[in-house]
Amino acid sequence: MSTDAVVIQGGGVAGGAMALVGGHAHAAALTEEAAHGPSKRIVVGYGFWIFLISDIILFAALFATYAVLTDATAGGPSGRDLFELETVAVETGCLLLSTVFCGFAGIGAQARKSALYYGSMAATFVLGATFVAIELHEFAGMINAGAGPSRSAFLSGFFALIGCHGLHVSAGLLWLLTMMAQVYAKGYRADIMRRLLCFALFWHTLDIIWVALFSLVYLVGVAR
Amino acid sequence: MRDDPRAGGVHGDVAPGDEIGPQDLPHAVRGYLIGLVLATLLTGVSFYVAKSTLVWQPSIPIALSVLAVAQMGVHVVFFLHITSGPDSINNVMALAFGLLIVMLLVFGSLWIMTQLDHNVMPMDRLMQMQR
Repeated sequence: MSTDAVVIQGGGVAGGAMALVGGHAHAAALTEEAAHGPSKRIVVGYGFWIFLISDIILFAALFATYAVLTDATAGGPSGRDLFELETVAVETGCLLLSTVFCGFAGIGAQARKSALYYGSMAATFVLGATFVAIELHEFAGMINAGAGPSRSAFLSGFFALIGCHGLHVSAGLLWLLTMMAQVYAKGYRADIMRRLLCFALFWHTLDIIWVALFSLVYLVGVAR
Repeated sequence: MRDDPRAGGVHGDVAPGDEIGPQDLPHAVRGYLIGLVLATLLTGVSFYVAKSTLVWQPSIPIALSVLAVAQMGVHVVFFLHITSGPDSINNVMALAFGLLIVMLLVFGSLWIMTQLDHNVMPMDRLMQMQR
C-alpha cells in the first residue's frame, strides 16, 4: 500500500517513505527537500495552521462580543446564577483526555500500530461525544429554565460563543470518523497521514480554545 | 535515522506527522503524559481559585487569565508541537501575528465599549430629559 503511495504521490515524503528501509528513506526525503523546497507535510501543516489561527481570531471576536455584553443581563439571570462548575469540570476533563488520546492516535499512526491508532481514535470520539452531549444537556436545561439565547444580550453572546465551539467539536467528531474510515480503507498512505496531521492540529486547537472558555467564561463568570 | 535530529527522538520533540520508529514510541507517549499532568494541575488550580475565598476577590479574574495563558502554553508545547518541531519558525510567526490580532480585537473592544458606557448617558435618563 505505502509503496504505491510513493508512485502516486510523487512528492509524498512523510508516510510513503516509511515503507523503505529507515536510513535510505530519510536520506531520500532530505535530498528531495533540497531540490523541491520544504516537504509537502510541512507546507500542508503550515497552511492548515494559518486556517486554525483565523479560526482562533473568529473565536476572539465572539469572545470580545461576550465580554462586552457580560453585564447586559436585562434583569435576567447572570453567569453566577446559571453556570454549574461541576458540569464544566467534567466537560473540561473529557476534552483534555480526548486531546491526549488524539495525540496517542497520531503516534499510533506514525508507528503503524493499528491497535493504538484505532483504540485511541475511538477513545477520542467517545470523550468528544460525551463533551457535546453534556453541553447540549446544559443548553437544554438553560433554555427550559427561560434562559435561552433570546433572554438577554449576555445570553446571546454566551450561546454564540459556547455554541460555536460546540459546533466545531461536532464537526471534528465527523472528521474523526472519516479519518478512521480512510485509514481503514486506504492504509497509512502519505496523503492520509497529512489529513491525519490536520485533524490532530484541529482537535488540539479546539481544546486550547476550550481552556480560554472554561477559564474566562465559566470560572470568571462564577467568581465575579 | 537515529542520528538525524529531524527524526524526533534525538531532537526531543516529535511534531504531529513526523516519522517515528517503534523505539521512539515511549518517548512520544511520555511527552503527552507530561502535558496531561501539567494541564490537569493548572485546571485544578483554576477551579480551586474560582471557588475559594483564599485569593483576594478582585484579583481572581486576573489570576484565572494568567492560569489560562499558562495552560494554553502547556497545550501548545506538549500537544500541538507546531511551534517546537522542526521547520517551525513560520508557524511561530503566524501564531505571533494571530495573537496580536486577538489582543487588538479583545482589548480594543473592551476598551472602546467601556469608554462608551462611561460617556454615554443612560437610556432612561435620556428619555426623562426629552419629556
